[in-house]
Amino acid sequence: MGLNKEVIKPILAGFGITARRLKHKKVTVSYPEQLREQYPRTRWRHFLARYENGLEKCIGCSLCAGACPARCIYVEAAENTDEARFSPGERYATRYEINMIRCIFCGYCQEACPTGAIVLRKNFELADYKRESFVYTKEMLLEKYPGESDEPYVGRYQKKDKKEPAGSTKP
Amino acid sequence: MPKKVETIVLHDSSTPVIGDMEKGGNVVVTSLEYLLAQARANSLWPLTFGLACCAIEMMSTVASRFDLARFGSEAFRATPRQADVMIIAGRLSKKMAPVLRQIYDQMPEPKWVISMGACASSGGVYNNYAIVQGADQVVPVDVYVPGCPPSPDALIYGILKLQEKVKRHKATTFGELRLAEAFNPRGLEEVDV
Ligand code: SF4
Ligand code: SF4
Ligand code: SF4
Repeated sequence: MGLNKEVIKPILAGFGITARRLKHKKVTVSYPEQLREQYPRTRWRHFLARYENGLEKCIGCSLCAGACPARCIYVEAAENTDEARFSPGERYATRYEINMIRCIFCGYCQEACPTGAIVLRKNFELADYKRESFVYTKEMLLEKYPGESDEPYVGRYQKKDKKEPAGSTKP
Repeated sequence: MPKKVETIVLHDSSTPVIGDMEKGGNVVVTSLEYLLAQARANSLWPLTFGLACCAIEMMSTVASRFDLARFGSEAFRATPRQADVMIIAGRLSKKMAPVLRQIYDQMPEPKWVISMGACASSGGVYNNYAIVQGADQVVPVDVYVPGCPPSPDALIYGILKLQEKVKRHKATTFGELRLAEAFNPRGLEEVDV
């Protein structure tokens, strides 16, 4: 009784649990060096798509701005002319801005878009130092997505130079 | 003659800067400051400040799958006196704003603030009478993490960005460079001071 039952036995039982857990599979993802597998419908940073011939898919219809629950999309449209043609339709977006810090990544803009111009991809490394740098302009959104939607996203810390994404500010 | 070395800037928000020494300061002291910055960056203790749904992701960041302890930030403190970084996780109502400011004032210097999620950073979808449209109206924010909620890896990216900010110091001597390498197993990065 006494010492054996109340001290040594519980300690051994406790270490037994530790020993059993040691054999379990490790669950930790060591994030900056390796990325976890993202789910197929993960939605993060927006991209504006182009057709194969280089024309923008966006026709400046503002349906995405209407569908956005956070009201964080701003679209300004203008008519295409034969000299300056940006999209195959009649109109194109002269200004297209998304406030990333207000966006809730719901994907309604993607659903609302009639031409499939705005797509949400898996770049989740968006944190930054300055509030102003979160207004993504049309040029930033038209950037080519590194890898197609079914390819895994390559994070900043997997790249050799560890370069920050375009548009990010210095601390 | 004192050697010219760059000093570290620990903080660029409105609160006073502690390590802001004159350029061309004492080498020994700047090396100490450098060491301090490295130590601080690798043991940022967050303050438990979950306000809404984002707090769930903040909690899972500490759990075993993402394991914030790998960056020395596992010690979530319930008192502002023992915390270095405040993670504002969730929407900040106007009633909560004075409390947030008081807790921020109670934190010892140097201190940093991460604004986690769309609501804390800008109000998000809650553009209404009850929610502060951005926690930076109340406290100076160092890193904004977008998302609703930001996934644990997105928050960890924010913490890594904050570490970069805390570590901002150009190693000028050979010894400092070796020290910097020892403290940065993921490799050094050129920074503008
Ligand atoms: S994902 Fe949702 S909140 Fe973000 S821009 Fe699109 S519609 Fe707006
Ligand atoms: S992204 Fe789509 S919905 Fe939005 S303006 Fe362009 S075409 Fe219209
Ligand atoms: S950003 Fe989204 S998850 Fe975070 S507090 Fe706001 S509504 Fe909740």
